[in-house]
Parts: sequence; structure tokens; C-alpha cells
Amino acid sequence: MTREQLARVGRWQRLPRIADARLRWLLIGGAVIYLVLALASVQVNWARVAEGMGRGLNFLAAFAQPDFVSRRGDILDGLLESLTMTLTSTVIGVALAIPVGLGAARNIAPLSVYLVCRGIITVSRTFQEVIIAILFVVMFGFGPLAGMITLAFATIGFMAKLLAEDIEDLDWRQVEAVRATGANWWQVMNHAVQPQVMPRLIGLSMYRLDINFRESAVIGIVGAGGIGATLNTSIGRYEYDTSAAILLIIIAIVLLCEYSSSHVRRWTQ
Amino acid sequence: MPVTTTPQGTPIWRLRTTRAQWLGYLAWLGGISLFLLCWKVISDNTMWVFVEDAGRQGSDLVSRMLPPQWSYAQRLWKPMWDTLNIATLGTLLGIAMAFPVAFLAARNTSPHPLVRSAALVIIVSSRSINSLIWAMLLVTILGPGVLAGIIAIALRSIGFVGKLLYEAIEEIHPTPVEAISATGASRMQVLNYGVLPQVLPAFAGISVYRWDINIRESTVLGLVGAGGIGLQLNAAINSLAWSQVSVIFLMIFATVLVSEWISARVRHAII
Repeated sequence: MTREQLARVGRWQRLPRIADARLRWLLIGGAVIYLVLALASVQVNWARVAEGMGRGLNFLAAFAQPDFVSRRGDILDGLLESLTMTLTSTVIGVALAIPVGLGAARNIAPLSVYLVCRGIITVSRTFQEVIIAILFVVMFGFGPLAGMITLAFATIGFMAKLLAEDIEDLDWRQVEAVRATGANWWQVMNHAVQPQVMPRLIGLSMYRLDINFRESAVIGIVGAGGIGATLNTSIGRYEYDTSAAILLIIIAIVLLCEYSSSHVRRWTQ
Repeated sequence: MPVTTTPQGTPIWRLRTTRAQWLGYLAWLGGISLFLLCWKVISDNTMWVFVEDAGRQGSDLVSRMLPPQWSYAQRLWKPMWDTLNIATLGTLLGIAMAFPVAFLAARNTSPHPLVRSAALVIIVSSRSINSLIWAMLLVTILGPGVLAGIIAIALRSIGFVGKLLYEAIEEIHPTPVEAISATGASRMQVLNYGVLPQVLPAFAGISVYRWDINIRESTVLGLVGAGGIGLQLNAAINSLAWSQVSVIFLMIFATVLVSEWISARVRHAII
């Protein structure tokens, strides 16, 4: 029976999402084969899992009574380092991302500059912050400076890519109008491009501030300073109540950042 | 309109009022002072002796990394397969959990405001904590291995997929939903035939996007013992085998580029 006849007797069915039946079954079959192979290669040591469950419960219990006090000094130091790292790296990263972003926008940059800037963006975006942090820790030594440079480097790729996309979509008529007055390149950038991308640039910088704080909690694991180092130590010592406290602080700060950044974005638009 | 008058009495247009102008200067002053203060904290906590020879250290590092030890690549296929599995299975598990959470968190499909706030708390806490931290916790609980990585990726993905999906659900057209409910459909039927078809393309796009991010994140999970190529990276770094590290970097670079390309193509095809 066709779909129409089925529908007439009250057994209506939706159209399949992929119209070609052969392609549909090929995709489903491929997915099933992949899942079987992938799940077969996952080895789980169930005895170890069972042993760890008690620890897992301890951890959940620690969330009910986090311990902010006994390692207060370490937490405060880590937090201060993380926050300062976040702020400086965002400022430096955004400042460096603006020229790279201008260069990576095809409509205002010549091809050679475009390729170089896109290359910078790709390298910066491909590697996880942690991997970059490892290299910078080797170069600059342990401490927040390596972390700050890492986050600034990651910020460049993120901001420059989004900024370049924004510039590529901008309203070209305004650029033409400013150009028609005989403005030079700087004046075009300042009076035609900058006003169009500024609100989004501010919004993205706030968003990146938030991401940088979250990342600063991680790169401490490889020695780049910040609250991550404190967290890593506390988990290593099985002091779950301290770890729970640190995680709660991180969540609270991220919430605060998100709340204030949504306000700032509403204000700029 | 902000205007000043010249001594002759003719008005001059200005962009800002005097008050706004001074507030702007004050904001810049405050911002720059805050930046310098933060910079001072960092600078005090830095051993500048180590920074001075950064250039030498960097060139030393590069010279040790080159040429890459290509023969090492053969031992990386299995860890790479594990990494892909962590990302893919983690994403699947994550979106399976994020899907109901998103419907509970969206204002127009949530059954009760209390349920909605609970779902939002889940989304926020999952989003705030990086997958590496989840992995660190799970490795102590589940033991080292791929499983900890998969669950870490899944837990982190809930927040990301959940947030974007619930925003998509809140933006749907109300008319199809009204039309379906006017036929006397039950709540589930309204969701199934009125809401779901509208958000499915967005959902697929978000999932593929997250998969692509997860590939990138799963490459480092091994640093804390959660399986994949990060384990090899950790071992190579700890034994200072930088020529192996460069092979791993190139491999990660290639994988991430391919996954990004796939994800861009799929998203382009869907939307």
C-alpha cells in the first residue's frame, strides 16, 4: 500500500528523513557496524569500577558539605591567579586578535595577508589549550605567565575567526559611502567597519572572558598556574570536600560571568 | 542632543555629553588600572629568570622536535581509534542525556517552573566544568581507561547541547504546535509532531558541532589517564621524547582538521 492509501485508513506515517531508501539503510548499517566495533574496543575493568563506586559516593556526599575552610589559603591563591590570568589574557588576546581578524577577512585583506592570518587562526584553534600550555610551560617555566600566554594565544584564534566572519558579512554600502568621501584605509576601518562589528566584538570578548576562566581552571593541571593546580592536588589527595568546594566556586563564578555578560550584550545592542 | 555653545552663542554638535565623555574616560582609567593590577599579580608570581631564556628554550624545543620520528606513527593508530571512540560514543551518550534535559529546560515545553530550574542547574554545572576536570574525577572513581573518557565527554556535552537545544526549542513557531494540539493530540504527540520536526535540523547541527569539539577535547583526556592519544602524549612528554611528541601533534592536527571539515560539510548539508 502506498502512503496515501495507508493514511486514508488512519495509518498515516511521516515521510522518512532520507528519501533514498538505499542510502538510508547504508547509513544505518554503517552506524551499527561502527557502534559494534567501537563498543567492542572499549575495555572496562568492572572490578575496578565496583571498587571505585564507594569513592564516587564519597564524592557526591562531599558536594553536600563542601569544605571551603581547611585549604582556604590555597583556594584563594589559586583563584586570584586564575582571575588575573583570565583578565590579562583576554585583554591581550583580544587586542592581538583584532589585527589578525582584519587580515583574515577576505573582503578587506589581500590574499597573502589572508592566508597568513587564516594559518594563525587554524593553528591556534586546532590545539587544545592544555597542549599549548605544555609547550609554553616548557618555554616560560611553571607559573601563571605561561598560563596567561596560553590563554591569550587561544583567544587570538577564537576571536579572530569570529571577527573575520563578522567583517565578511558586514553591510558593504557603508564602507562604500565612507570610501566615496575620500577616506583612507584607517578612516574606512574606523568609521565604516568598526561601528558595525563593535557590538558583536564586545559580546564575544565577554563570552571569551567566561571561556578563559573555565580554561584557566584546567591548564593548572600541566603547571600553568591557577585554580586547576589546587583542584588537581585536592583530587590527588582524595580530599573530595575541598574539590567539591573548588568546583562550586568555579560554577558560581561562571554563572556570575554569564549573567553579567548577557547584561553587557543587551546594553551594547 | 549633546550640544555646547560657543561664546558667540552658536550651538556646536558633539557626539557625547560632557558627563558621558568623563564617564567614558573614567571607565578606561578603571579598566587599565585593573589590567595593570592583574599584570602585577602575575608578574610577582613569575620566575623571570626562566622567562629570560624562553627564546633559547623554544628553539631548543623545536630543534628536538625536528625531524619527527615517523616510525612512531605506527604505534599511534590504536590510541587514535580510542580517541575517536571517546569523542563519538561520548557525544552520543551526551546528546541522549541532553535531549530530555533540553525539553525540560525550554520555557514552552517544561512541565513546571521547578523542573525547569532543576534542568537549568544541570545544564549550567555541566557547562562550567571542563571535560578534563570531569575526566580527572572519573579516573579516580572508575579507574583509568577509555570509559572514564567517554563519560567525561558525555557529561560536558550535556550542558552544551542542552543549552543550544533548549534555546532552539524556545524559538520554534507556535502555530504548528497549536494546530497539532487542536486535533486533540496528547502532550507527547504534540512534542513529537509539533515541536520535534522544527528543532531536529538544529539538533543535528548542534550534535555534529559538539562532536567536532569533542574530538579536539578527547585528544588531551589521556593526560589525566582517561585513554586515547593523550596517554601516548603524556608518556612521550614525560620521557622527553620530543621527536615523538611532534608526530603526535601532527596527527592531532590532521584529525582535528578532518573532523572540522566533516562537521562543516554535514552542517552545511542539514541547514
